[in-house]
Amino acid sequence: MSILVDRNTRLLVQGITGKAGGFHAKQCLEYGTNVVAGVTPGRGGETWESKVPVFNTSYEARQKTGCNATMIFVPAPGAADAILEAADAGIELIVCITEGIPVIDMMRAKVGLRDKKVRLIGPNCPGIITPGQCKIGIMPGYIHKPGKVGVVSRSGTLTYEAVWQLTSRGLGQSTCIGIGGDPINGTSHTDAVRMFNEDPDTEAIILIGEIGGTGEEDAAAYIKEHVRKPVAAFIAGATAPPGRRMGHAGAIVSGGKGTAAGKIAALEAAGVGIAQTPADMADALIKRMK
Amino acid sequence: MNIHEYQAKELMTKFGVANPPGGVAATAQEALAVAQSLKTTDLVIKAQIHAGGRGKGTFTNGYKGGVKLCTTAEEAKEIASQMLGQTLVTVQTGPAGKLVSKVLVAQSKEIARELYFAIVLDREAQAPVIIASTRGGVNIEEVAEHTPELILHRRIDPALGLQPYEARILAEYLDLKGEQLKPACAIFHALYNLFIQTDCSLVEINPLVVTKQNEVLALDAKFNFDDNALYRHPDILAYRDVTEEDAREVEASKFGLNYIGLDGNIACLVNGAGLAMGTMDIIQYAGGKPANFLDVGGGANEQQVTEAFKILVSDKNVKAILVNIFGGIMKCDTIAQGIINAVKAVSLPVPLVVRLEGTNVAAGKKLLQESNLPIIAADDLADAAKKVVAAVKK
Repeated sequence: MSILVDRNTRLLVQGITGKAGGFHAKQCLEYGTNVVAGVTPGRGGETWESKVPVFNTSYEARQKTGCNATMIFVPAPGAADAILEAADAGIELIVCITEGIPVIDMMRAKVGLRDKKVRLIGPNCPGIITPGQCKIGIMPGYIHKPGKVGVVSRSGTLTYEAVWQLTSRGLGQSTCIGIGGDPINGTSHTDAVRMFNEDPDTEAIILIGEIGGTGEEDAAAYIKEHVRKPVAAFIAGATAPPGRRMGHAGAIVSGGKGTAAGKIAALEAAGVGIAQTPADMADALIKRMK
Repeated sequence: MNIHEYQAKELMTKFGVANPPGGVAATAQEALAVAQSLKTTDLVIKAQIHAGGRGKGTFTNGYKGGVKLCTTAEEAKEIASQMLGQTLVTVQTGPAGKLVSKVLVAQSKEIARELYFAIVLDREAQAPVIIASTRGGVNIEEVAEHTPELILHRRIDPALGLQPYEARILAEYLDLKGEQLKPACAIFHALYNLFIQTDCSLVEINPLVVTKQNEVLALDAKFNFDDNALYRHPDILAYRDVTEEDAREVEASKFGLNYIGLDGNIACLVNGAGLAMGTMDIIQYAGGKPANFLDVGGGANEQQVTEAFKILVSDKNVKAILVNIFGGIMKCDTIAQGIINAVKAVSLPVPLVVRLEGTNVAAGKKLLQESNLPIIAADDLADAAKKVVAAVKK
């Protein structure tokens, strides 16, 4: 009843002795996630929260605990390195929460992941949760409810908004993935939609996007071709002033794509229900499910 | 982050990108010295501001043109004295204009051909992409729209970097032949190195020129840098000119806040860029106009929230404030305490609508209630938007 993570997931936390890493590792533990190891270079041999062993390297953590997923809280200058370290250790699922990683570092890290069988989620993302089973990330656990709606989003807080609307209306979630807001990331909207489409226990999908890039347009093309489950979407930034983030040449490469209007048109053409405001995300899906 | 033209020239020279000789001057006397050192009768004086349209701009003292040609060092000194310390108004500066505190004095070149060359970090390609066109010196967006066949895109493998044969393909495309070929390839490689080594998100040379003397030179350059990487480039960070930026945005960035000023009257304070944009959208949908974009980020502390509030209330157009927080990393009680501190510190000149949800929400709501401050509580996002728009109309 989920994708990527469930109650069998064995989690490593890279940066577990840091302030944010420690706080959120504890929240994950309390939610019921199997937090089996932590890594902080130089702190190997310690025990975190008197139950989780801390190692110096991800490799050692993998050998000793059989962890198969990792949550990265390493500060930005070392985060891309932490991703590569986890991949090298053979950890299959890498969830990078860290924000502010230089784009060129991520570009290089993606080259390093090219031939490895790993899935990276993020960076600069809230993480992934299968309600009632496994929470890897910084999302508030209590807003979720086990169920059959898959949620994928570039924005952390907008994901919480959508989840809270679903839960308040009695609709649970199969898995919720925050893919992150950085220009170069590990998992795209299309990747997540494909996994939800192939998951027999996901019956409907909410897709949350924002202006910039063409990830939402790509997902729309995939949905049009392959997805028969109900899908609803919200695109943030319809009223944002243009040109504040994107350089001129960037706008050329996108070839006029990347506007909220363009994304909404592509999604509508794929039969996706559009939420006009972020307050209507769950209702737009419910309308589509009838 | 943007930099000035003279700084771009310094950086290009440091990386071996051929460009016309010149130097910066902060006084008329310095302008004279730079002009003399160039030993030429073809000089150009350019006012240094970040905005474009300088050539057709007018100074508030009546002097016309922020880009001037002349033939002697004495003339250069005279032109510099007219520009320095004056305010230049162009189509891009807005009516207030920009104060010119430096001028660039450079050798002016006789141009045979104008080309376009840029490197951008492209999110779809997940790699640097080089963009080249024989239509240089004009607005490249228009070229892209009307004659896209005149633009070449080439993805560069990030693991390999720009290869010599790729530089030759680009040169061939731009019709840079014979004795132009080697210097052109040298410029492409130097620009690629500069792009990678200084963490650029954009390098744009428009125009890249061939002179009548057959030189290949970068005539004008625009660089954008990845803000996330500035921590490892103190030399680039030193190029930052805060007088060129919105004062509120500068103040916000001091406290690690992401603020963009807009022209509406409903201020918003939100955590997360997506929710901040979504909040702006729903304010407009409810019939209001947002005064700003403000993302306090994932891990803001009380002081940051207080400073964010001060920036919001300093905008005289603001008629109401909407705080919309869905706590993940951000804890609601932290936000609540920040709001309370801020309201106590700056007093509250306008209605304040607060919507809290997420981590530690109960503690946050309790703090706000016990503060006895005149805060309008909202149940959800739609309710918050409705209440804040109604508060403005009262």
